[in-house]
Amino acid sequence: MATRSVPLSSARDDDRLANSLRDAAIAALMVFALGFFFLGVRTDIAPGGLALTFRWGLLFSAVAIVFAGRLLLNLFVFKTSTPVTSRLADTFSGAGSSFAGLGKWLARALLIFAIVLPFFFTYFFPSKDRQYIDLAILIMTYIMLGWGLNIVVGLAGLLDLGYVAFYAVGAYSFALLAQNFGFGFWMALPLAGLLAAFWGVILGFPVLRLRGDYLAIVTLAFGEIIRVVLLNWYEFTNGPDGISGIPRPTLFGLEFSRGEGGFADFFGIPYDSIHRFIYLYYIIFVLAIITNLVTIRLRKLPVGRAWEALREDEIACRSLGINTTNTKLTAFSIGAMFGGFAGSFFATRQGFISPESFTFLESAIILAIVVLGGLGSQIGVVIASVVMIGGIEMLRNLGFLQHVFGDGFDPTQYRMLIFGLAMVLIMVWRPRGLITTREPTAVLKEKKRIGADMVAQGEGH
Amino acid sequence: MLEYFVQQLINGLTLGSIYGLIAIGYTMVYGIIGMINFAHGDIFMVGSFIALATFLILTSVFGFVFLPVVLLIVLIIAMLFTSAWGWTVERFAYRPLRGSFRLAPLITAIGMSIVLQNFVQVTQGARVKPLPPQIQGGVTLMEGSTENGTILVQLSYMQMIIIFTTLVLMAGFTLLISRTSLGRAQRACEQDRKMAALLGVNVDRTISLTFVMGAALAAVAGLMFLLLYGVIDFYIGFLAGVKAFTAAVLGGIGSLPGAMLGGLAIGLIEVFWSAYFTVEYKDVAAFSILAIVLIFLPSGLLGKPEVEKV
Amino acid sequence: MGSVVQNEIESAAPARWDQTPILSVEHLTMRFGGLVAVNDLSFNVGRGDITALIGPNGAGKTTVFNCVTGFYKPTEGRTAMRHGAGLQAGAIEEVTRSDLRYKESSQGSVYLLERMPDFEISQRAKVARTFQNIRLFGGMTALENLLVAQHNPLMIASLFTIGGIFGVPGYKKAEKQAIEKAKYWLEQVRLTDRADDPAADLPYGAQRRLEIARAMCTDPLLLCLDEPAAGLNPRESHELNELLQFIRETHGTSILLIEHDMGVVMEISDHVIVLDYGVKISDGDALHVKSDPRVIAAYLGVDDEAEIDVPEIKHDLEEVVEEAEELAAADRPKAKPKKTRPAAKASADKPVAKKAEAPAASEIKIKNAADFPGRQPHGTKKPGPAGPDSLTRIKGIGPANEKKLNTLGIWRFDQIAAWKAPEVDWVGAWLAFPGRIQREQWVKQAKTLAKGRETAFSKRVDKGEVPTSKTRKPRSGGKGGKP
Repeated sequence: MATRSVPLSSARDDDRLANSLRDAAIAALMVFALGFFFLGVRTDIAPGGLALTFRWGLLFSAVAIVFAGRLLLNLFVFKTSTPVTSRLADTFSGAGSSFAGLGKWLARALLIFAIVLPFFFTYFFPSKDRQYIDLAILIMTYIMLGWGLNIVVGLAGLLDLGYVAFYAVGAYSFALLAQNFGFGFWMALPLAGLLAAFWGVILGFPVLRLRGDYLAIVTLAFGEIIRVVLLNWYEFTNGPDGISGIPRPTLFGLEFSRGEGGFADFFGIPYDSIHRFIYLYYIIFVLAIITNLVTIRLRKLPVGRAWEALREDEIACRSLGINTTNTKLTAFSIGAMFGGFAGSFFATRQGFISPESFTFLESAIILAIVVLGGLGSQIGVVIASVVMIGGIEMLRNLGFLQHVFGDGFDPTQYRMLIFGLAMVLIMVWRPRGLITTREPTAVLKEKKRIGADMVAQGEGH
Repeated sequence: MLEYFVQQLINGLTLGSIYGLIAIGYTMVYGIIGMINFAHGDIFMVGSFIALATFLILTSVFGFVFLPVVLLIVLIIAMLFTSAWGWTVERFAYRPLRGSFRLAPLITAIGMSIVLQNFVQVTQGARVKPLPPQIQGGVTLMEGSTENGTILVQLSYMQMIIIFTTLVLMAGFTLLISRTSLGRAQRACEQDRKMAALLGVNVDRTISLTFVMGAALAAVAGLMFLLLYGVIDFYIGFLAGVKAFTAAVLGGIGSLPGAMLGGLAIGLIEVFWSAYFTVEYKDVAAFSILAIVLIFLPSGLLGKPEVEKV
Repeated sequence: MGSVVQNEIESAAPARWDQTPILSVEHLTMRFGGLVAVNDLSFNVGRGDITALIGPNGAGKTTVFNCVTGFYKPTEGRTAMRHGAGLQAGAIEEVTRSDLRYKESSQGSVYLLERMPDFEISQRAKVARTFQNIRLFGGMTALENLLVAQHNPLMIASLFTIGGIFGVPGYKKAEKQAIEKAKYWLEQVRLTDRADDPAADLPYGAQRRLEIARAMCTDPLLLCLDEPAAGLNPRESHELNELLQFIRETHGTSILLIEHDMGVVMEISDHVIVLDYGVKISDGDALHVKSDPRVIAAYLGVDDEAEIDVPEIKHDLEEVVEEAEELAAADRPKAKPKKTRPAAKASADKPVAKKAEAPAASEIKIKNAADFPGRQPHGTKKPGPAGPDSLTRIKGIGPANEKKLNTLGIWRFDQIAAWKAPEVDWVGAWLAFPGRIQREQWVKQAKTLAKGRETAFSKRVDKGEVPTSKTRKPRSGGKGGKP
């Protein structure tokens, strides 16, 4: 954290040691300053006001850890004649292209795995299959959301910080249609998508002429507006209590329930609640694959090329007769539509929704998935979703740490802290995301991938 | 009901001052490196926690009782230590990404925001921290009567302190930016960072100082918030941050007076909306007005209109 | 080659571009706040012509372009684009009176560009443009760049995306045609080999060509090029000329270009419009424009404080241009030397031509003396018994001007001191900087010097502080002295 002095190859060892010590001391001092009021002191509600507790042990162990860690890093990593960091950089500098080469095979392998996934888990992990399939459903939902947002941010280059609004519109559309008109999932799904797209147009029309960060802040504001309205319009949305009893999806009218007329009964197999999970998994899998296929196709259509051209240079687009407002609106509303589909799936999967589920954090996570994966890259979104969402969920299983730190230690509360840190570290490591090459949409002779340094980021950023 | 209106005006100006102080941090950082520092709202939250802890240490451990001195020390310590946080966030999450892909620092900023919130939650607990009101009383400006009895227009001492401090800080700050070499370096970096570096401006240091100043002002806002509302928790940074950024954009991002004006505007909108319409939709009102202003005045109230370069 | 003669021809019959203009700009004014970038500008762009818009930096050329292509909304004025022959004045008036933006019919269509959004100008009015600082889609391949330019026809073929998603057969065919067209243009700009490379990867000259190809893919009737030769070497610049000629001849596209490179302008332009400070100062064919004194004055600037004389810059410029021409001529044996001469050279021609005649006549005779306003001053063949004065001791007269004045038979201060207003006007026009003699008070200076007194400037000259002026004693009769 403190300034790193330039390594001198000819520096004497004791010089180096002195410098390293000084640097580590500065870092430790910094940690002391930062940590004093948070690690060293804790305020708690006590009878008669707030009580202070001092935790010198915690503060000084943090300082000591940082001092030792920084010193070791300085001595063995940063200041050696061939710093490990530069070697690391060498190793990873080619990663983009090798990822790209792998991409095709990786995509196929992942696709096959995704198809057989429920059976894989039921077969190999019969005791935990429900948990794993549920996790797979969650990851797949984020993949779909990521792909939907990728159209807006990755292709059209419009920074949308309020994508969760369309997710919410989809979810609430289905929930309300089911509650008030008795719609089933399959009937409500297209309507939910259309409504979300409609909202995309309504919100997009006034704001899409805004540029850059103004667009970002206005989309964020719209996301918040929709959440606040959902929270406060009690008669319509049931406010913070949310809507429960949302119907489960049926398979051609067959319900996944125990007893007469259910899925298991119809096929004459014993009832197992896992059937419903597998079915849900395949629904979101198909929805996600449709999102992906449509996106791939759109990229090769004039509208998709216009999106990418818009990201590269809006003024040039206008000089070529492209109606940029309409082009942006299509990107916005198609992205919103997929968000709406995912939202109504979310509603049917949970059976209960409330405004709690549609906070800015969701938008941030989806955007992080798109950016971490590499803007515009479909496979990147998959990898980032698996890493980020799978990663957070894995952090739930840190129970073993209680053996280390004692019973009072609750590892799950560190989940988001670690998630945030991971976001920062991955971004610092690979600022352009994991997959950084762009594939051309039309080829005359030979397909060449385009390096990220050529590709513009769009005006939204 | 003039009295009611005046009372709301005072309340709105107070709240707006706090937003304005936070908004300056956004606007300066945006001006100099063109990024939305999403973690700035959480720096404000960190500032209010530091202020709370310092206050408790001074009163319960050292037994200080003379309130003005206590508050002055709290203010200074909160500014210093919050600045350290601001500096660290920049050094750790933004500097490595300088000059790279413009979306990357936005994502690390969101990441830092998550980190700060959860760090405070983990170390200080998720429950709200109440602090009994420290400064009571005020001046009655007007008195009117309605069917329900008399109505008093009060300007509390707390509100006076907030508005006064904000004015002093704003004045000092404007001087700092317009008169000192630091201010000049900052404006040079805003215009053209590469050229400034070539002319011998230490760009990294200037940017760091910008974050430090922004954080110091956020700490002041944090202390004010703590004293005004008497309740803080780890989540106050998000909404305050979004509102303050809204204020910065409303005023014209990059413009210091704009940030203050935007802050006051957001504060007034919120208070008046709550007073005359519904409390629940005050955020909707603030955000809607932001959207409307931006649609008709795309560079904010005081921002320089951009001529599209063809 | 006198401009008066030309003006007579013009007044007799309107120029070609005024008879069948494709684009008419009428009373165009563009203000940015208090700044008037373009002021009441009117001109026509002839159908099938290559029209050049030239002028010094900041003359408002790009602003005119941005108004024509819809990137700026002009403060005042009308820009009418015509598809189909003739003036179609009736249709234009009709559209102007109505609220319509355009009127299309089988005979022809008229478009009022100032009422149309920028994309529609390209899409409907068929005006394409390039940019001064190239605006390609850097992360997309050259081929993709050309496909984006065919957005609108492809959009229709894909039934506005909906059909495209479900794979209508018509779209496949349309896309194949679009690729064929892109291939054709890639060939024309010699970029077929780089079709699959990202545009940002191409060298500068190739990027310029690709931008033109991309504009051509929109099937324009009018192609607007903003400094297409900027940054090109003479060879590339020559190739650009050929490309533009090809576009005009093969595709019938009219071209409007902004250019600084006089070689390009004079060689290929049928019609040149000169702007200065947002005002049109000359309009005509290349020959007319390059002999127009106002153009020369605007281009070379008239700087009161400059002690370096203007004609000297002209001379330097001549040399530079000649060098460039030699370079270009290596590639281009059939270059028409007369036509490629830059404007600056043309004006310098006259005195040089006179020099040969001067010694022949006892009283100096200038053939086209009548072309200039006022009266030719009295000149003598010989400097006279006292020998010539160093005219460069007058502020504003440099060696080159001295030489020219000598060719007029002006040798001594007393001759200049005798000038009256008609002589001053005449000499000013002849030296191609009207108004300057009055402003610099040559006559007053000459009167002082003729009496043997000093001016502040002449003192400095005598001290040797003015490198471009000679001290009291001229080297050898002045006339042979090479600058």
